Amino acid sequence: MLALPRPWTAIANSMALPAGLLLVGVVLVGLQLNLPDITGRSAAMAGPAIVTLAPADFIYRPDGSFVREGNAIDAPLLKTRLPAPLTIMQFQVGDADYARCVTQGACAPAAPQNVGQGDIPVTGVNYEDAIRYAGWLSRQTGQTWTLPTDREWAFAAGANRPDEALGVDDSANPALRWLADYELEAKRKTASGRMPLPLGSFGTNEHGVADIAGNVWEWTQTCHRRVQVDAAGVILTETPACSIRVLDGQHRAPMSVFVRDAKSGGCSVGTPPANFGFRLVRRPSWTEQLRTMLHI
Amino acid sequence: MTSNNGISRRNLLVGATAIGAAVQLATVLPATAEAAMAPVVDVSTLERVKVELVAPPFVHTHEQVATGGPKIVEFTMVIEEKVHEVDEDGTTIWAMTFNGSVPGPLMVVHEGDYVELTLINPDTNLMAHNIDFHAATGALGGAQLTEVNPGEKAVLRFKATKTGAFVYHCAPSGMVPWHVTAGMNGAIMVLPREGLNDGKGNALGYDRVYYVGEQDFYVPKDADGNYITYESIGDGYADTLEVMRTLKPSHVVFNGKVGALTGENAMTAAVGERVLVVHSQANRDTRPHLIGGHGDFVWPGGKFGNQPDVGLETWFVAGGAAGVALYTFLQPGIYAYVNHNLIEAFELGAAGHFKVTGEWDDDLMTGVMAPSPI
Repeated sequence: MLALPRPWTAIANSMALPAGLLLVGVVLVGLQLNLPDITGRSAAMAGPAIVTLAPADFIYRPDGSFVREGNAIDAPLLKTRLPAPLTIMQFQVGDADYARCVTQGACAPAAPQNVGQGDIPVTGVNYEDAIRYAGWLSRQTGQTWTLPTDREWAFAAGANRPDEALGVDDSANPALRWLADYELEAKRKTASGRMPLPLGSFGTNEHGVADIAGNVWEWTQTCHRRVQVDAAGVILTETPACSIRVLDGQHRAPMSVFVRDAKSGGCSVGTPPANFGFRLVRRPSWTEQLRTMLHI
Repeated sequence: MTSNNGISRRNLLVGATAIGAAVQLATVLPATAEAAMAPVVDVSTLERVKVELVAPPFVHTHEQVATGGPKIVEFTMVIEEKVHEVDEDGTTIWAMTFNGSVPGPLMVVHEGDYVELTLINPDTNLMAHNIDFHAATGALGGAQLTEVNPGEKAVLRFKATKTGAFVYHCAPSGMVPWHVTAGMNGAIMVLPREGLNDGKGNALGYDRVYYVGEQDFYVPKDADGNYITYESIGDGYADTLEVMRTLKPSHVVFNGKVGALTGENAMTAAVGERVLVVHSQANRDTRPHLIGGHGDFVWPGGKFGNQPDVGLETWFVAGGAAGVALYTFLQPGIYAYVNHNLIEAFELGAAGHFKVTGEWDDDLMTGVMAPSPI
């Protein structure tokens, strides 16, 4: 090291600009030539139908159980932003698509409680099943597929996203929230059938995303969490519980990762999700991100 | 009228027995003979009242303390064989029902009253039916006097001599368990004329009463494991019997269907209200429990001649009986009322809910520390 004529940092600095220019040049040439590795296309199987959502601001009530001074409260409404384009499956993963993964030995068989007819979404899958499928689809397509976060799902859900606020925060009588929650869930129960219907049966939302908040709930990668806030709403502690993930649909349902079919009753007196399924988001490759940055 | 003939025949028989007993035993047991010869009431002089039955879990309006002397209380029930949904997945059975509901309606009378039931079997039904009242004495609980074919009706009158809640059910020859497990059962409550008491001379009243009829169903499945729907009531008989003989119910539910007493159909009460729950199971043992509450005064066997148990957590109701529990709600919120075999409650369906409004009592319970990081 001591033998170097100039300090290493100086060498690095002198090389950074040329190297960077070279990299950009390679990418540009690659794009012109339409090389698969650069464009993200693959000779493997075609990917599922997708919808790409542009970055935008939106208001959303985050996931988690919020507690203020020892009392359960509604999660606060947050103004937030989808920072980058989101590429999400237009439809939930189909029963037939999932079956291909099972046939190839990469996925565990689904265990649907309600067996629908036709081109239906896969149901009776747990969080781990969804993760395995995402891995398999990524290998098949040469792309990167994952579960969405709760926030991404909420953004894609658009106007179909229900607001779960109970509007009852009375520290003197905790039962008021329990009763309000019960009434809300009782209404949901009567509104939705349980049998999975063919993909697209619940229509598309303003983003072109189909079947949001139908009767199949969707796994997200978001860990359930307890959030303690002070009187001003400032977060004091946040305790994630990642053996429980957020399931999104007509309402949020924190669910243990191994569960394929929910039940209610007794101490948990709520209305459980009718069916568990999922849809995936595609994460852009680094070249895609670069192209986005360069507006190519 | 069939009923008059039937009753007079019974009175004659009662009289003959009494005379026979008197002749044989007069010198040995005069008191018993005298009891058997209690004067026959001239029912034609009794006041008649007509009751409109209502579907469970509700109970027709009634006095808790009887005013006046014994009455003839008239009820009418129409038997209905019908397709009946037993769960939220649309599983159906051919139910047999008293008055169209599973269970049949709760009837309420007072000790010493005469229950006069008109039982109608419309010609749209396919089977003969009858009714066996566990509260009644003789004729297999009335079943032998009430066997009605489609297109027939019968009128049965019996004297309510025993107080308590009692099961009634259909009991046609050769097919009793099938009719009972197809929903054809209900309950009657015979109150003491002075109302309920704690067995120590203190009167017990109630502000609300609910009737929970627990029912085990045995729905056959096809080779793929799906519940079978049958074209007509007779088609499913053989398959159903096969499932029944396993003694493993496919469903154990309150009031005819999984979720019949939950959500928008949850039972309601307010803090401070005294709620009486009559819980019948015509075929199978059960063990009611109120999650978050208790049984203040409980007649597990359902019979008011016995002193009630106090402060129970769970009570046992034998198959073929109705238990009665009285509870004053002390906290608002959601309560689950279950068969505390929790597999039967949450996997098979035997769970209902109470929605209770009112002020929270911090003294009874306080969350000292909300769930927080360890």
